[in-house]
Amino acid sequence: MLYDVIVVGGGPAGLAAALEAKKNGAEKVLVVERDKELGGILNQCIHNGFGLHHFKEELTGPEYANRFIEMVKETDIEIMLDTMVLDVSEDKVVHCMNKTDGYMQLQAKAIVLNMGCRERTRGAIAIPGDRPAGVFTAGAAQRYVNIEGYMVGKRVLILGSGDIGLIMARRMTLEGAKVVGCVELMPYSNGLNRNIVQCLNDYDIPLYLSHTITNIKGNKRVEQVTINEVDENKKPIPGTEIVFDVDTVLLSVGLIPENELSRAAGIEMDRQTSGPVIYENYETSIPGIFASGNVVHVHDLVDFVTEESELAGASAAKYILNGEADRESAISITAGACAGHVVPQKVRLENIDKRVEVYFRVSNVFHDVVIKVKSGDQVLCQFKREHVAPAEMEKIAIPKVLLEKAADKKVVISVEKDGE
Amino acid sequence: MYDVTIIGAGISGCSLAYELSKYNVNALLLEKENDVSVGTTKANSAIVHAGYDPEPGTKMAEYNVKGCAYTAELCKKLDVPYKQIGSLVVAFSDDEMKTVNELFDRGNENGVPGLEVWDQAKLREEEPNLSEEAKGALYAPTAGVVSPWELAIALAEVAVKNGVELKLNTEVTNIEKAGEGYKIITNQGDIETRFVVNCAGIFADQVNEYINEKKFTIVPNKGEYYLLDKNQGELVNHVIFQCPNEKGKGVLVSPTVHGNLIVGPNSVPTDSSDLGTTLEGLEFVREAALKSVPSINYRESIRNFAGLRARTGVHDFFIYEDEVNKGFFNMAGMASPGLTSACAISVDMVQTIGKAGLELTEKEDFDEERHVVRFKHMSHEERAELIKKNPLYGKIICRCETVTEGEIVDALHRPFVPTSVDGIKRRCNSGMGRCQGGFCGPRVQEIIARELGIPQEEVMKDRAGMKIITGETKEVGGAN
Amino acid sequence: MTELICITCPKGCHLKVDEANDYKVTGNGCPRGVDYGRKELVNPTRVITSTVKIEGGSYRRLPVKTSSDIPKGKIHDVMEEINKVTVQSPVHVGDVVIKDVLGLGVDIVSAKNM
Repeated sequence: MLYDVIVVGGGPAGLAAALEAKKNGAEKVLVVERDKELGGILNQCIHNGFGLHHFKEELTGPEYANRFIEMVKETDIEIMLDTMVLDVSEDKVVHCMNKTDGYMQLQAKAIVLNMGCRERTRGAIAIPGDRPAGVFTAGAAQRYVNIEGYMVGKRVLILGSGDIGLIMARRMTLEGAKVVGCVELMPYSNGLNRNIVQCLNDYDIPLYLSHTITNIKGNKRVEQVTINEVDENKKPIPGTEIVFDVDTVLLSVGLIPENELSRAAGIEMDRQTSGPVIYENYETSIPGIFASGNVVHVHDLVDFVTEESELAGASAAKYILNGEADRESAISITAGACAGHVVPQKVRLENIDKRVEVYFRVSNVFHDVVIKVKSGDQVLCQFKREHVAPAEMEKIAIPKVLLEKAADKKVVISVEKDGE
Repeated sequence: MYDVTIIGAGISGCSLAYELSKYNVNALLLEKENDVSVGTTKANSAIVHAGYDPEPGTKMAEYNVKGCAYTAELCKKLDVPYKQIGSLVVAFSDDEMKTVNELFDRGNENGVPGLEVWDQAKLREEEPNLSEEAKGALYAPTAGVVSPWELAIALAEVAVKNGVELKLNTEVTNIEKAGEGYKIITNQGDIETRFVVNCAGIFADQVNEYINEKKFTIVPNKGEYYLLDKNQGELVNHVIFQCPNEKGKGVLVSPTVHGNLIVGPNSVPTDSSDLGTTLEGLEFVREAALKSVPSINYRESIRNFAGLRARTGVHDFFIYEDEVNKGFFNMAGMASPGLTSACAISVDMVQTIGKAGLELTEKEDFDEERHVVRFKHMSHEERAELIKKNPLYGKIICRCETVTEGEIVDALHRPFVPTSVDGIKRRCNSGMGRCQGGFCGPRVQEIIARELGIPQEEVMKDRAGMKIITGETKEVGGAN
Repeated sequence: MTELICITCPKGCHLKVDEANDYKVTGNGCPRGVDYGRKELVNPTRVITSTVKIEGGSYRRLPVKTSSDIPKGKIHDVMEEINKVTVQSPVHVGDVVIKDVLGLGVDIVSAKNM
């Protein structure tokens, strides 16, 4: 079976990529989804706040997904549900399987990887204590509560102030549980400010900044959790213990792009994003294999996942029609002082129209700063920001005419105090 | 009236049940938990030791060397994951090189095959990621890594298939003499038996003292571990030990049989209920392991856990028939190398019970065929064939470990059936990967509920009472 | 003067609302901040999202939301109403699950096709 474009993953990224691939001239497009329905993680994100950028209105997760599902239905894009991709090869054979079609090897001309991300677990951050039932990642609990209709606990402590944790604080409260607090290791929240307000403050749930869980006790189910304040090196300070009698701990301690397929395919990875290194058109190091959305870098807003993925899908179609783009000419973009990862990491000027949009995260909370795009000592352009935080992804558009001035094909993005 | 009742279904009890099931014996295996292999057997280093550690002349020395070979044989026969990867005891100083040479001599005296002392150059060549401080090592080619819980489950399955009765959720609360044999009092009623074998692990002293004079005291000794993702599993090629000290074999770094990296343990005397990890314990383990392999990336950690070793203060096993209460046997103090030795001890234990009066005639129809479908390790062609035969193999449930619905359903139709999510994990590896069951846990719960015909709420995480779900949403009260 | 974080969009503008000066809002990045700042002090409202029981669907719960914002003080009562409902599949996005909940002039509507 020969496809023009195979999209791995039917979440928001995959749906947008498939639609744009189709619009831009790819004929035979297939979306492979491991769940029994399209929409990905949006199906369990039943809260609102999606779509303000893309649709200029506020939608819930399922509604946002539904808009794209309806658009896909209008096309002849093929959908395979309940189908797991086991392997993607460098020569673009997708190995996948399901109960009805069995084991398949599908050849594509181009592939878009949209596998999304997964949650960090208790083991990843080594929380000490017993191992009773009642410790969940926030997303796993979210699925139980929102999709399957089961409660996962009655008295809840949340570790980590990522958005899913905050959203779940409100959800559990609305469903009748008592959320006793939200504990954050950093001195600032890792979630959006609006979620602190409407998920914690609205329900008088305390936020313990610069604290962490130092013990979980419980024989069968969680019984007691101890938290401590941490010092500037994130080490617990003895004597600052606060003990909570709770039966549930939810972990919202970060998301990791899910790139087992990308690694196995031999795609070059970026250690900082834990995702593939991406060109301006969201092409990976393997020509004709593209990636977008949370598999590339973790987003706060689905709207940007859509935007990126539309570009990735369109690029996949162009790749089929126009062939391989030159790779030697690429300018590399890297993170400098006070900046975390940058996406895309490589830009080919001939592939962009007037400007390239670059996403990155800052490494700390800052006020009144300037984002500088530099080539050596030369500042190509700069952007002022009143307030930046690691929880909020930054986006800048660098004009092509300025990038053309970059010496050595190297550009660094850094965050500096205004006036420096 | 049973001929033999075994108390405790860890590796000792399960292997003894297996050996007994080869004979026409009416045997009973008792376990207080809801599954076999859920005590020390499921939480240890999972190493099959070569046998250079124990003092020559001890039971430990004898059974370690015998057990190393026999365990390998059993794993092959019963389709249990096992890899003979060899072990290294690494010396970081000239003093420790002396220890290495002593272990070499001791190992030879114990009859350990193939021991070699490696110099720095050889060590570097074979283990490039070891610390540059490493001076040399003892190489023991017969050491291996195993899945201890899968071995215990396999042994118990074959035993049950061949007529041994397994009673789970049955806790022994007392033992009385009754005529020629014994009456075992349990939370599920009384059991009459001619012979008793105490395989109660960290509770073995308690069980012994229900009826016998105290001969040993178990001081549970806690060991804490890190388990790291598979991208760290190839950092080393052998089981890497540091030189042993008075606290035991020290912190090891090893690939697991499933391809992860295991790091640990420390050694902390504690009580039988303490299975918690601690900040200090984990930090100690982390730092100690870096001495052997400086490049371990703990960001790839996927799980911490602690296990309890059944130590007695004496560096040997307590394997004996009670002098007063004839017919009551102890298989106790099974601290390291307990896992390696258990299967070999069980072979001899059957003969010992025979000498004490149990009639041993071999079963003609003993059936130890056992095969487990492991989808992950199959070729494309095999996979295609398998799914054609049974579409349930076409549905991946655990994404991280590539475990299919078919394999989980298989596990629910074996000679005895797990009823918890972790029970399935021990049989199929689902939830053992980097997401630790975040995605597949609820699916596994659903499949168990469906196959066993019970409500999903009643499927526990592991032991009885470990409720995952506390009720339904939209029930009484709603918002508060 | 009250300081607020605007929750209208993910940007989370830091607003200042001057009660003494007819609730004049500053610090807003867009006009919606003006409305929010005033409303939050006079009559704070929220959109509520939750689920209702569904029979015959692919899952046992259907996501729902209030068709527009409701007074903050009514969240608890509205949740109680939501918890009482059971709907039958098929349901479409936008279908009314509870008409004019508690007489607030707001419906509870389906957020998914099921």
